[in-house]
Amino acid sequence: MTIDAPLATRPLPARTFWRRALRHRSFVLGGALSLLVLAAALLSLVWTPWPPTEIDIASKLRPPSAAHWLGTDSFGRDIVSLLLAGARSTIMVGIIAVSIGLTFGVCLGLIASAKRGWTEEIIMRFADFSFAFPAVLSAIMLAAVAGPGMVTSIVAIGIFQIPTLTRLTRGSANAIWAREFVLAARAAGKGRFRITIEHVLPNILSILIVQVTIQFALAILAEAALSYLGLGTQPPQPSWGRMLNDAQTLLFQSPMLAVYPGAAIAIAVLGLNLLGDGLRDLLDPRLARER
Amino acid sequence: MLRKLSIVAFAAMLAAAPLPVLAQSKKDSVVMAMALEPPGLDPTNAAAAAIAEVTLYNIYETLTKINEDGSVSPLLAESWTASPDLKTYTFKLHKGVKFHNGEPFDSAAVKFSFERNGAPTSTNKDKSLYQAFEKVEAPDADTVVITLKYGEPNLPFLLGQASGSIVEPKSAATNVTQPVGTGPYQLSAWAKGSSITLSKWAGYRNASAIKLSKVTIRFISDPAAQAAALLSGDVDAFPRVAAQRTLAQFKADPRFNVMVGGSRAKTIVGINEKKKPLDDVRVRRAILAAIDRKAMIDGAVDGFGTPIGSFYVPGALGYVDTTGINPYDPEKAKKLLAEAGVTTPLELSLKLPPPSYARQGGEILAAQLAKVGIVAKIENVEWAQWLSQVFAANGPHNYDLTIVSHVEPFDLVKITEPDYYLGYNNEAFNALYKQIVATPDEAGRAKLLGDAQRMLATDAVAGFLYQPQLITITNKKLKGVWKEVPQFENDFSTWYWE
Repeated sequence: MTIDAPLATRPLPARTFWRRALRHRSFVLGGALSLLVLAAALLSLVWTPWPPTEIDIASKLRPPSAAHWLGTDSFGRDIVSLLLAGARSTIMVGIIAVSIGLTFGVCLGLIASAKRGWTEEIIMRFADFSFAFPAVLSAIMLAAVAGPGMVTSIVAIGIFQIPTLTRLTRGSANAIWAREFVLAARAAGKGRFRITIEHVLPNILSILIVQVTIQFALAILAEAALSYLGLGTQPPQPSWGRMLNDAQTLLFQSPMLAVYPGAAIAIAVLGLNLLGDGLRDLLDPRLARER
Repeated sequence: MLRKLSIVAFAAMLAAAPLPVLAQSKKDSVVMAMALEPPGLDPTNAAAAAIAEVTLYNIYETLTKINEDGSVSPLLAESWTASPDLKTYTFKLHKGVKFHNGEPFDSAAVKFSFERNGAPTSTNKDKSLYQAFEKVEAPDADTVVITLKYGEPNLPFLLGQASGSIVEPKSAATNVTQPVGTGPYQLSAWAKGSSITLSKWAGYRNASAIKLSKVTIRFISDPAAQAAALLSGDVDAFPRVAAQRTLAQFKADPRFNVMVGGSRAKTIVGINEKKKPLDDVRVRRAILAAIDRKAMIDGAVDGFGTPIGSFYVPGALGYVDTTGINPYDPEKAKKLLAEAGVTTPLELSLKLPPPSYARQGGEILAAQLAKVGIVAKIENVEWAQWLSQVFAANGPHNYDLTIVSHVEPFDLVKITEPDYYLGYNNEAFNALYKQIVATPDEAGRAKLLGDAQRMLATDAVAGFLYQPQLITITNKKLKGVWKEVPQFENDFSTWYWE
């Protein structure tokens, strides 16, 4: 009896992947927008046109000029510098929160799928339960206990990500467990843990990668919403959500102040969603073959 | 028979119908808005200024009334006399006044109210004043004699504040939710989180002079929503509106009357003197030297403020300009910190209540302090948290710095209170204050008041920032709304539609 090497575990040759990827419109656009945000965040680590938190009341609400490319806000802070530094906060919150969600969500999902029975029931019912609390609500609860702040919002968004990833991991892993090559591995005497690591995880990796881009976009939106409500990143640390909040009282006077951070959030979320779409198309062998 | 009766009833309804229609054609109701919702409606047991904004002179009345120009006129008291040493005041009360629940207003109610305010368990914000009453006597139903432990020249003024509201003994305990007073208005509805409705009380002694039969007070804290509510016509009047940034638009609109008035308020950076190293006057002076008042006024209240150097405002008796005592000088601030042996960066907590002057001012303060090596860690808190953590007399005073506007007029006495949140507790100042209130003649008092202001400025008791100018925007046809704001209140008895 010969056993087929499973199709999906065989990695796509890198060259083939990139050749196809660069022809995929939404992947290219999404990738470019995401890279733009990432570049802005990295750039802000070494350089911003002005110190982003420096207040200069005398030059508040200036229109765009050579010195301030997008003008200044109500405290005389440079908008470009704030946007760059805001990208840093956003990406940091996103990365840490998604990492929390990914670590716990994937582990729980894999355990549920490998153990089945009561373990699976408990984990999945717990996931259902935590679905009932959206990020904003859990952040408000956490803020009431621990006080508002960046850490609180990261934890809240991270917790909010766990059940989604748990469900996805468990569902995809269950499908893999039903496959013949897993049966073969079990027949060959491999333990559940080894099968999970060697066969299940590699086979659901592409699904997880796609989901991570979507979760990242959700995390960015949640961070902006929490900061807008005053529960996320605290002043004076720049954040797009807080910029929106500051701009709110000036809507009649300087509407552009709300447009800039709004556009930044839109670019980041759109970029990640397009990237996710592209990755889904490229990494899913079924879709790839249909083309 | 039944049918006949119903026909008669229907005819009667038809006949009666035109009356309310006629009454409505002459507008007699107003929708007013204010930023904060009061936590309750008993101004004698809590400090929130929002309580006075709803109740003072409307639901409750006081012995005296503070007018728009800061002068004092009779209200529940017809007249009063003071002894030469200003220690004994005799008030003659208005006769025939009743409370909303039908109980008579008399000297016993006054005695009850004042003794309740000064009781050990009292949470009145002017408790110290009422504890300074040696005795309150009621020789007959229309006379009240107050004997103070020291001379108090401002007593008639102080009794005109919301904390001096006269309550009715039997209903006093439930005033928080079911207020009973002698004023022209009664509470008719309170939709928590949204609005309070007051309706005219037919039993008021001068009911015919009260023009508005219904006043709805809505609570809108967000500045953008405040402007939108006025522009859309949902709100007829918004006293103390946070419209600094949209003022030009309102001034240009012929539908609105925009009034910029003075206040007796003092916006300050509260410094917790009980905490190290803030107990060192050099550190406090360093904080003051780091503050650029002009930038603070421009940034936090868009220029609507007058700089102050002490806990006292221009226009009050004996005001002296003390803004030059600890002027803006970041270099000096750094030197003072070094002298005090403080290692920089010095990390301090900065707890900010919700109003925009505090939140925006806090960011500016943090940026200014950062330049001299003080890291102010901003914590935005809600009012309830701020009151319990920072301000409450019996609270933990768990803060280093805060920003708040003290809206009460003549509240120098607060600084002398031992458990005041600033924690100054200076015997020399307390003695000076005693001397001030014991000086009957104005010139002498003015001189001493000058000394007091200089002492507070020199000791850097707080980061005295500015006297805010307050903006009131009303529908142009609504008249009688006050421009000047000696204290936070809305006297609906003077409001009417043109």
